[in-house]
Amino acid sequence: MLTAILRSLRTGVVTIRYPEDPAHPPERFRGAPAVRPGSLLDKLPSESICPSGAITREPGHYGVDVGRCIFCGRCAEDSLDGAIELGRQVELASRQRKGLVVEVESDKDGRAVALAPPPASAEVAKEIRRSLGRSLALRHLDSGSCNACDWELTALLNPVYDIRRLGVDFVASPRHADGVIVTGPVTRNLEIAVRRTYEAVPEPRIVIAVGACATSGGIVGRRYASAGGVAEVLPVDVFIPGCPPRPEAIIFGILLAVGRVDIRGNTPLGIGQERT
Amino acid sequence: MGTLEQALSARLAGQGGFVPGPRPQDLTLRLQRAEDVPAVVAELCAAGLGLATLVATDERATTERDLKVRYLFEPIVGNTRPLPDTFVTLVASLDPDRPELPSISAQVPAANWHEREARDLFGIAFFGHPDPRPLVVHDGWPKGLFPLRKAFDAQTRPAVDSAEEFPHLLVEGEGVLEVPVGPIHAGIIEPGHFRFSTVGESILNLEARLFYTHRGLEKRIEALPIADAFYVAERICGVCSVSHGLGFCEAAEQIAGIAVPERARALRTLALELERLYNHVGDIGNIAAGASYHYGTSAGARMKEALQQVGEQLTGSRFLRGLIVPGGVRLDLTVELEKSLSAVVLATAEALASLIERIENNPSVTDRLDTTGVLQAQDAIALGVTGVGARASGIDRDARRDHPHAGYTNDLNLAVATESDGDVHARLNVRAAEARESMRLIRALLEGVPPGPIGTAMPEPLPAWGIGLAAIESPRGAAIHWLRVDGAGRVDRYHLRSASYANWPAVALAAQTSIIPDFPLVNKSFELCYSCTDR
Repeated sequence: MLTAILRSLRTGVVTIRYPEDPAHPPERFRGAPAVRPGSLLDKLPSESICPSGAITREPGHYGVDVGRCIFCGRCAEDSLDGAIELGRQVELASRQRKGLVVEVESDKDGRAVALAPPPASAEVAKEIRRSLGRSLALRHLDSGSCNACDWELTALLNPVYDIRRLGVDFVASPRHADGVIVTGPVTRNLEIAVRRTYEAVPEPRIVIAVGACATSGGIVGRRYASAGGVAEVLPVDVFIPGCPPRPEAIIFGILLAVGRVDIRGNTPLGIGQERT
Repeated sequence: MGTLEQALSARLAGQGGFVPGPRPQDLTLRLQRAEDVPAVVAELCAAGLGLATLVATDERATTERDLKVRYLFEPIVGNTRPLPDTFVTLVASLDPDRPELPSISAQVPAANWHEREARDLFGIAFFGHPDPRPLVVHDGWPKGLFPLRKAFDAQTRPAVDSAEEFPHLLVEGEGVLEVPVGPIHAGIIEPGHFRFSTVGESILNLEARLFYTHRGLEKRIEALPIADAFYVAERICGVCSVSHGLGFCEAAEQIAGIAVPERARALRTLALELERLYNHVGDIGNIAAGASYHYGTSAGARMKEALQQVGEQLTGSRFLRGLIVPGGVRLDLTVELEKSLSAVVLATAEALASLIERIENNPSVTDRLDTTGVLQAQDAIALGVTGVGARASGIDRDARRDHPHAGYTNDLNLAVATESDGDVHARLNVRAAEARESMRLIRALLEGVPPGPIGTAMPEPLPAWGIGLAAIESPRGAAIHWLRVDGAGRVDRYHLRSASYANWPAVALAAQTSIIPDFPLVNKSFELCYSCTDR
């Protein structure tokens, strides 16, 4: 016992200070693909390069759905002259599904011009912010994930991320929860369990969709065994893209869902800082 | 191999004869009559072979105009190690209008789920099956609709029926209590339903209902070019991403007939060992959690986190996705990465030694581990159990040695750890020994990564109707990948028998030797994935 305590003291604090300190993804981290403004639209990779169908291409218009993206990086590898670049941003969560689609149009020379992003969605309801903004109990709901997102939720409880320091915890019963955090595309065999778990959560309640499958169906899509995303079954408050999203990205999404951070150019504000 | 072929040919004199394939060292026998299956299987089992996997295919659109069932066997009994690296395939051709076969589940328990799955997804009747309940499809899936038949439109979405109950064995008697658990569990775990029948704390019967995470991935992957299909295979399971991605690649590379450069093979081996190591140390922590030893849980989680972080430095993904591609790997080692990897492995070795010492010197923990959840060796063999679960029951099998893949050559001198008790403690010991061996292998690999290119081009398209087969030792045991491409070189059929698929029935069996509060501990000691099983 004594040696265990001594060992712990020697180790010191291993917990990171996110979101006060920014996330530091390593050099090889693959973030969201983005079209470099001014690139020739004709030179952008075709739809078929994307294994999860995140790219749409019409004459004069090009779109990348970050909510479908599996972050494999193939489009960036295949684009000429770096017309598609992978971002370094970890905080990609959005309260609006549409907010995850990056769209460009061509100008008269056929070069990409970014379309204005959709107007920011309504603020988090005051009631949610007031009642859940300080202490939040979530029930994890696996709706058919590959388990990568699940293991990242588990990682949030490890000493490095220790999400409990932010007043957020995962609880055993939906009856004790303020919302559900869902991983997976909602398989046919889980659809009933997903609905019933949500219904067991007392109101006000929130739904957070974690990862590409939960956000859009991801690489699984909408097929005989999959509904193609949580929003097909439940009202989703926040979508967190990624395959899987890194732990900091999930923390950001959770705090976004209760209005503790806000998106201004995807930059998180610190806890307690007021929105300007 | 010659001797195995001779021995089998002598036993099966009445059947045509073996031809090589899918791999050059493998044997394939086309059965003249489907009703011969049980007799031929009995001869294979008597020759020391066990069922590795069963693959059904819908070949009505080809010149064969049939449904087929392929039974893949491998040598599992014998006094020498390694046993021959030979898969023996029995091919049974079925009448497409009335596809049926005699069940072999009573003589080969490992076939039980395979036959039920082929019935659910292909509509093949296995008459005489001891357990005819649906396996893969739940909640009022329409009768007569078989999703892996080629004629089935994957976009069809039959309505769910919430009224359907899980049919299970009812245990009756004074004091018998039924405890339903799941599919949504109390912790952050994957979904499965467990129905315990108990008296007091003792488990009389446990029935598991799985396949909640069945996403239809084997349908999803059909008709995709190899380069796209790879990303589906890599995402069948999070914590087996490297293993499954690699298995798919090796099967495709075999069809292509290409040799992957030595450096790429070494880097693939490195990734496999890194995956095994982060899983094993995390799982040791989770076994501690099952025994309510929370210091151990945190210690395991920290080791796993450090390994996933260095994995992200290497591959750009904390689950090591994006390193392996068909033909090789797409990211190379750098001097800095070698240094980071060495440092993390060194720290992990020290932390693991300290944690194991702490567990072993803590009687309140070891008391929970000893004699809990025992799996007998003969049950492990009958069910075709693989990986840690098998080795902890004395079964000396490891695909890294028995079916060499990636860069596992004799030069690495792989040591296969086994234990004999078959309880939770034995599985913990095997995991710890394997984690140490993984660290030794990583150090050895880092010392001498051969120079040269890290990939080679895949031919486009792949040779028509080629079949590839790969056995990969994933963190949970051997995973068998079977791939066939169509006339255009795209995926015609891909089947994964994951280690978890083979091992799940053993969990239910081992749990019945223990009390209900120990179930999470028994479950964690096998540490099986649901997503790899359900696909």
